[in-house]
Amino acid sequence: MNHPRKAIALISGGLDSMLAAKTVMEQGVHVEGINFFTGFCVEGHTHAIREKDKSKAKRNNALWVAEQLGIKLHIVDVIEEYKKVLINPKHGYGANMNPCLDCKIFMVNKAKQWISENDFDFIITGEVIGQRPMSQRKWTMPIIAEQSGADDRLLRPLCAKNLAPTLPEREGWVDREKLHSITGRSRKPQMAMAKQFGLNDYAQPAGGCCFLTDKFYSAKLVDLWKARQSKDYELDDVMLLKVGRHIRPKPHFKLIIAREEGEGRFMQGYKRDYINMVCTSHTGPFVLLDGTPSAEDLYLAASITARYGQGRHAEQVDMMITEKDGSERTIQVKPLAGEKLPEEWVI
Amino acid sequence: MTREVLNVRCLLCPLPVIRTQDKVKQLQPGDQLEVICTDPGVMQDIPAWCRINGHKVLETNSADHEYVVVLEVGGLDKGLTSHG
Repeated sequence: MNHPRKAIALISGGLDSMLAAKTVMEQGVHVEGINFFTGFCVEGHTHAIREKDKSKAKRNNALWVAEQLGIKLHIVDVIEEYKKVLINPKHGYGANMNPCLDCKIFMVNKAKQWISENDFDFIITGEVIGQRPMSQRKWTMPIIAEQSGADDRLLRPLCAKNLAPTLPEREGWVDREKLHSITGRSRKPQMAMAKQFGLNDYAQPAGGCCFLTDKFYSAKLVDLWKARQSKDYELDDVMLLKVGRHIRPKPHFKLIIAREEGEGRFMQGYKRDYINMVCTSHTGPFVLLDGTPSAEDLYLAASITARYGQGRHAEQVDMMITEKDGSERTIQVKPLAGEKLPEEWVI
Repeated sequence: MTREVLNVRCLLCPLPVIRTQDKVKQLQPGDQLEVICTDPGVMQDIPAWCRINGHKVLETNSADHEYVVVLEVGGLDKGLTSHG
């Protein structure tokens, strides 16, 4: 008697991986989902901390997709392991700091480890030839399969008919004829397929699923590495790059200025790790200082902070500075004048 | 039956879900876990994670920018399944 075959599907939360999993489920294969959290995933709720984004749905799309499909989802923390992918990508970066090809190889490799440990048979991804300029090209497909170690246990149901038959197809675990031959950047075939499956609601992230594809985020990451003269980072660093206004008046320190109350509340969680300041004579933003500012630098930082508060036109404001050990002191500063900050300070 | 508390304040989703997932692996069916968070997204994500993995949400509440989800660990393989 044939035992039911089992597959793990990489679920990003977008439409393609949802359709890929659904296509295989329709053939009677037991499918579960896996989602990797690198620290750079847009799927995180960073936007939820901003007041202006409160109206946006806060759902995690990977979880939501799993629930729509009726499958389990395993969310795996790969923050530490992902560092080597980002810091030194063998295949280089894309338009920004996105190491898409190395990232895909890494994730498929992690999925391959997972199926070995959990007695599953093969891996499903939602890749489509020609969909993405770096990682989803005809020539990258065999590289991902080979360098991840998944080899022919990697099935791409949406474009399988354009590729050589994989083990699940050759062994008859899935019927190749019921797989697809989608190519290119058009979303029409996927939308038609979604309609056919009765899937009316699905995420369509305009900027992809990773902050590293964002040029503004990438600029802040590069600035961080340059300032520290090292490409290493911690999760707190990459989380803080997602919030606030970042201003670096000198190479050895920068200000992270909350743009609104929600961000300020989130940033207060880092009070013990960073020197911070807030205006006490007028309403103003909460600010973290990253780096090693001198006593003189603190005056400069305070005057910059003051220009973002209600006291920006005052002759002088009171600024409370809190050190990492919790000690507090208040200094008086004149808000930094001028129409604009020097452009090179703004990251 | 034991009841444990998981503090995931200041973490943004999906980390509270991941920490919950890791903690639940150490518990037994019937045990309860109180998860305390500051990301409002957990009010949607942890219940969703519970539904697909066969755990039961006993209580959710929020006050003063903190969000609490209390769940009861389900039995093994009680979650959703796609067996065709």
